[in-house]
Amino acid sequence: MNESQHLSSQFDEDLGRLRTHVLQMGGMVETQISSAVDAYATGEIGSVKSIVDADHKVNELEKAIDDDCAHIIAKRQPAASDLRLVLGISKIVTDLERAGDEAKKIAKGVRRIYENGHVPSQFGIGVRHLAEAALIMVRQALDAFARLDTEQARSVIRADSEVDTEFKSIIRQLITHMMEDPRTITTSIDIITIARAIERIGDHAKNISEQVIYVVEGRDIRHTGKEGIK
Amino acid sequence: MQIHDQPTLKAEARNLNFYYGEKQALSNINMPIYDKKVTALIGPSGCGKSTYLRSFNRMHDLYPGNRYEGEIRFFPDNTNLLAPEVDPIEVRMRIGMVFQKPNPFPKTIFENVAYGLRVRGENNKRALDDKVEQALRGAAIWDEVKDRLQDLAPNLSGGQQQRLCIARALATDPELLLFDEPTSALDPIATGAIEELVHELKKRVTILIVTHNMQQAARVSDYTAYMYLGEMIEFGKTDEIFIKPQDKRTEDYITGRMG
Ligand SMILES: Nc1ncnc2c1ncn2[C@@H]1O[C@H](COP(=O)(O)OP(=O)(O)O)[C@@H](O)[C@H]1O
Ligand SMILES: [Mg+2]
Repeated sequence: MNESQHLSSQFDEDLGRLRTHVLQMGGMVETQISSAVDAYATGEIGSVKSIVDADHKVNELEKAIDDDCAHIIAKRQPAASDLRLVLGISKIVTDLERAGDEAKKIAKGVRRIYENGHVPSQFGIGVRHLAEAALIMVRQALDAFARLDTEQARSVIRADSEVDTEFKSIIRQLITHMMEDPRTITTSIDIITIARAIERIGDHAKNISEQVIYVVEGRDIRHTGKEGIK
Repeated sequence: MQIHDQPTLKAEARNLNFYYGEKQALSNINMPIYDKKVTALIGPSGCGKSTYLRSFNRMHDLYPGNRYEGEIRFFPDNTNLLAPEVDPIEVRMRIGMVFQKPNPFPKTIFENVAYGLRVRGENNKRALDDKVEQALRGAAIWDEVKDRLQDLAPNLSGGQQQRLCIARALATDPELLLFDEPTSALDPIATGAIEELVHELKKRVTILIVTHNMQQAARVSDYTAYMYLGEMIEFGKTDEIFIKPQDKRTEDYITGRMG
């Protein structure tokens, strides 16, 4: 990344503000996810409403940031690292917004489970562990963006395949549960919904990390498999 | 997007140095110019873009004390344009030039284009009419002037004058066209027309264009070269230069940063 200043200090300010807004949005989404994970673990479903409400703010922020990107492109015609930063940000906010949506799904799923008088941990599967792994991925992806740290970004991308593997093993367990005891089907399906949402959050963290690498290195490593993170 | 076709060389600067008397203005330039592609030269004012461009058609020969070292190879015949035995007049038949300010002769529209053909010995009226029309069409100005070919060229608008100058350059069927900031004296509409024309022209002629407008370079060119203090800092595909330049100095220039 180019850390020298532009001839136009206004342009520096515009880009600086854009980055700050992305990190603010990231902070909100991170809170949504961690609250949803807490609700899952503790059954404190009082927070569900605030998670759902936060979604509205996240959406607004996404639109505002996209709008700022459009303005910068129109006014400044950014090139090279500036262009990559603006393009990267407009993709990153899409992933953040979707990760927020997934947090909302988790929250609603948790509420259904507890309202039906169940406790997910009685199913004894690693959803909570999965959720924590995904949450760490999101934190690290945002951190990688804040510091434009491609090493960190690459480690998030590697972590994603572990989350995917863990997700698959949870699904296998739940299917076994449902076959053994059909009364668990309703709750199992809720848990599958939750696990799937968590797995998607991991995907979004991975996408964000890929954008960080694009912004810094100009390399598009999407859809390149393991080659890309070398 | 990846461009897979391997371009052919139209010209190539090899270890090119240029001196205005004692003052060295170009330092060891090595650069390909690809056939039927547009190559843009960018860089801060005074970095040597015009000097480089003018080397191609031997404009510097007009002043004593100017000196070249190295070669500019011109293909397919592999002529060294700078070789003393190569006649600058011959070179200029193959290489046309369009300047920053439109500079039509104070003659009729027709004569402006016919001039170069007459110099070449074309006197047949039919042939002249044909070739003038072709050149004016090639420069996308035929429809605007076909009914007033006997009007004086300086009465045309700035944008029309510039396209007339392009027609004049096209009349002798050049292989390479040199443009030195061809739109800096024009309004945005006239500029757009010239850019559109450049895009059309590259179907039949190779183009080397100096521009101080980076967006213009990004819009019109296939390749871009960044020059600084008489040196060629970076040459590459325009897409790559504007998205991921390799040299920090190029990056700083095109993103508008202080070096
Ligand atoms: N006729 C000349 N005699 C001496 N020096 C010149 C002459 N023309 C240009 N220069 C010098 O050569 C350098 C390159 O100039 P030029 O090629 O016009 O740059 P650019 O086109 O990139 O603005 C500058 O330092 C300029 O002052
Ligand atoms: Mg110049």
